[in-house]
Amino acid sequence: MKRKTRSMKTKQFIANSIVHVFLSVLGFVWVLPVFFVILTSFREEGGAYKSYIIPRGYTLNNYKKLFEQTSSLNYSRWFINTLFVAICTCLLSAFFVLSIAYVMSRLRFKLRKRLLNVAMILGMFPGFMSMIAVYYILKGFGFLEAGPLKLVALIMVYSGGAGLVFYVAKGFFDTIPKTIDEAAFIDGATKWDVFLKITIPLSKPIIVITLLQSFMGPWVDYIFAKVILGQDRKYYTIAIGLWSMLEKEFIEYYYTQFFAGCVLISIPIAIIFLVTQRFYVEGVSGAVKG
Amino acid sequence: MIHKKQNKSNVNAAFHDIDFKTAFILGDGYTKLSAIIFGLGNLFHKQIFRGLLMLSLEIVYIYYMISFGLEAIKNFITLGTNVQEEVFNETKQIYEYITGDNSMLCLLYGVITVFITLSFFLLLITSVKSAYETQNSVEQGKLVSSFKDDLNSLFEKNLHKTLLFLPSMGILCFTIIPLVFMILIAFTSYDKNHQPPGNLFDWIGLDNFIAMFQKNGVLANTFWPVLGWTIIWAIFATFTCYILGMLLAILINRKGTRLKIFWRFLFIMSIAVPQFVSLLTMKTIFNTNGPVNAILRIIGILGPTESIPFFTDPTLAKVMIICINIWIGVPFTMLTTTGILQNIPKDLYEAAKMDGANTFVTFFKITLPYMLFITTPTLITAFVGNINNFNVIYLLSGGGPESLEYYYAGKTDLLVTWLYKLTITNKDYNIGAVIGIIVFIILAALSLLTYRHTGSYKDEEAFQ
Repeated sequence: MKRKTRSMKTKQFIANSIVHVFLSVLGFVWVLPVFFVILTSFREEGGAYKSYIIPRGYTLNNYKKLFEQTSSLNYSRWFINTLFVAICTCLLSAFFVLSIAYVMSRLRFKLRKRLLNVAMILGMFPGFMSMIAVYYILKGFGFLEAGPLKLVALIMVYSGGAGLVFYVAKGFFDTIPKTIDEAAFIDGATKWDVFLKITIPLSKPIIVITLLQSFMGPWVDYIFAKVILGQDRKYYTIAIGLWSMLEKEFIEYYYTQFFAGCVLISIPIAIIFLVTQRFYVEGVSGAVKG
Repeated sequence: MIHKKQNKSNVNAAFHDIDFKTAFILGDGYTKLSAIIFGLGNLFHKQIFRGLLMLSLEIVYIYYMISFGLEAIKNFITLGTNVQEEVFNETKQIYEYITGDNSMLCLLYGVITVFITLSFFLLLITSVKSAYETQNSVEQGKLVSSFKDDLNSLFEKNLHKTLLFLPSMGILCFTIIPLVFMILIAFTSYDKNHQPPGNLFDWIGLDNFIAMFQKNGVLANTFWPVLGWTIIWAIFATFTCYILGMLLAILINRKGTRLKIFWRFLFIMSIAVPQFVSLLTMKTIFNTNGPVNAILRIIGILGPTESIPFFTDPTLAKVMIICINIWIGVPFTMLTTTGILQNIPKDLYEAAKMDGANTFVTFFKITLPYMLFITTPTLITAFVGNINNFNVIYLLSGGGPESLEYYYAGKTDLLVTWLYKLTITNKDYNIGAVIGIIVFIILAALSLLTYRHTGSYKDEEAFQ
C-alpha cells in the first residue's frame, strides 16, 4: 500500500516537472519576440539587421529622436492625428453601436427580425470590398483634397459601418431583466426615459468596453488608413507611419526608432487590453450561454 | 365631409397592421390622391406640419430628378458615351483635353439616384398610410394626432426609428451603397485598360464570371489554387489555434501546475502588443538577413552566404505563416477557454475517474465535446475571420513569393489579399468585385448553415 502511494507520488512529480518545463519553453518562445522589440528599441548601434539579438550598447536616443527629428517622418504628429481620429471615432461609433444594440435587444417592431438578418449578411462581405467605392464617394464629395479633411473622412469610414458590430452589446442588454423596464412603464416612464435613465446607467461596463474597443481601432488599422491617406505622410496615423519606417529608403536609419515607436504605442494599447480583457471573455462566453 | 361607405370590419384594425394595398383601396379620395400629392390627406385633416413635410420632400425629389436625376439615370444605363479627346487648339497652338464622360461617376451617381428614388417610393407608401390612418381616426371620432404628438411618439412608440436613424444612415452610406456599387462593377469592363476619365467602361454582363471559371484561362488557373490555399489556411489557422490554445489552458488549469497567474500573464502579454507590431516584428526576425538566419550562420549550420528562405519558398512560407499565426492566436483561445473550462461540472470528471478513465479519454469524451458545444459560434466566427484574414498574410509575406503562372497573385495570397492587389495595385476593379462576390457567397452559405442552428440565435430571450 505504502509503496503504491509512493510510486503514484513520483509519477505525479515527474508529470508536474514535465509540464512546468514544457510551459517554460513555450513561455520563452512567446516572450522572446516581445523582448526582441524592447531590446532593439534601446539598441545603440544603428542600421537594420544585426547578426545578434542582445544589443552591444543601450541608449535612449531612439526615443528622443522620434520626437526631435520631425523633418521627413514626424512621429508626434502621427500620434496627434491618430489620437484625434480615435477620440472622434470612439464617441460616434459607441453611440451608433449602443443605439442599434438597444433597439434590437429591447424594442419589438415589425422589421426587427429582418433587420437582424440583413445586418448579419452585410457583415459577411469582406470589409474592403466596399473600400474602393467609399474612396470614390469621398473623392466625389471633395473629402480627399486637403489633409485635415482626409482625417475627417477617416473618422467617417471608421464609424460609418460601426453600427453593424452590435452583437456583444446586444447580448449584454439581453441579460438586463425586462421586469425593471416594466416597473418603470407602470410608473409612467416613456421608452426614451427607460433607455436614458435605466438601461444606460445599468450598462456602464458595456459602454466602457465599446468606447475602448472603438478607440483602439484607428491605432491598429492599416488598410483603410493606407487607402485614404495615400502618400500624404504628414497626415499618417501611427500604424501606417510605423510601417513606412520599414520601407527600403528609411529602414537603415529608422530601424531602431521603429521599435521604439512600437514600444511607445504598445504600452497604452496593452493597458486598454488588460482592462477590457475581462469583458472580452465575458462577451464571448456570455453570448453563447444559450 | 365626404361620406363613403365604411368598411366596419377594418376600422378597428391597428394602424401598423395595414399594408399599402388595403390603405389605398379602402382610403377615400384624399387618401388615394395622397399617392400623387404627398401629405394631401394629412393637410386636409389639419395635420399641417406632417403634410407640409411630406409635400416639400416630394417637391425636392422632383426638382432633383429634373435638374440632375434623369440625366444620371440615362448615364447609368449607357455608362457614358463621350470619350475624352485631345484636340488641337488653333489659336493657342496647343493640344487641349475635352472632358468626356466619366463612367465611374456615371455609375456612382446612378446608384445614388436609384437609392433616392427608392426612398421616394417609401415616402409614397408612408404618405398613403398616414393619410388613411388620419382618415380612420376622423371617421371614428378620435382626436387627430397633432405635430406635438408625432414628436412625442418618436420617444415612445417609434423610439426605434429615432435611435436607428443615424446609425442606419451611416451603414447605408458607408456599407450598403458602396457594396451595391461594387457588385455592379463585377458586371462591367472596369479594368486597367478602361480607366476613367481617359477611357469609358461599359456593361458586359457575365463575361467576368465566365472568364473566372473558364477552363485553363489565366484567371481560373489563379483562382482555384488561391481558393484552395484560402480554405486550407482557414482550416489550419482555426483548428491549430483552437486545439493548441485549449490544451495550453488545460495545462495551466490542471491541479499540479503552480504559478497559474504567472503563466497566464506570460501568454497574455503577447496579445497585448498590437497585432501589426508583432507581425512586422516576426517579419523582420525571419527576414533573409534577420536575426534567425544570422544566428544560424554564426553557429555554422548555414554557410556565410546561405539563408533559409522563410518567406521566399512557397511551401515554407505557408508553414511559417501558419506557425506565426499559432503564436498570435493561441493566447487568445487560452484566454477565452480558461473561463469555460472552469465551468465544466467537476462531477463529470470524478465519475470518469471512478470508471478508470485516463487523461486522454476524459479529454476526448468530456472536455472536447463540452467545449465544442459551448464554443461553436466562436469557432464559426473565427473561421470566417480567417478566410478574411488580411493582416496576417499581407504584413508577413505580402502574398509572396510571386508566381508567374498566377494573375497578379503570390503563392500565399488569400482571396482577400488577391482582391486587394487586384483593386489597389492593379486597378482591375471588375475582377476584384467578382472575387468579393465569391467570398461573400462562400461565407454566407457557411454561416447561414451553421449559425441558425446555434442556441444563441434561437432563443435570444432566454435570459430576459
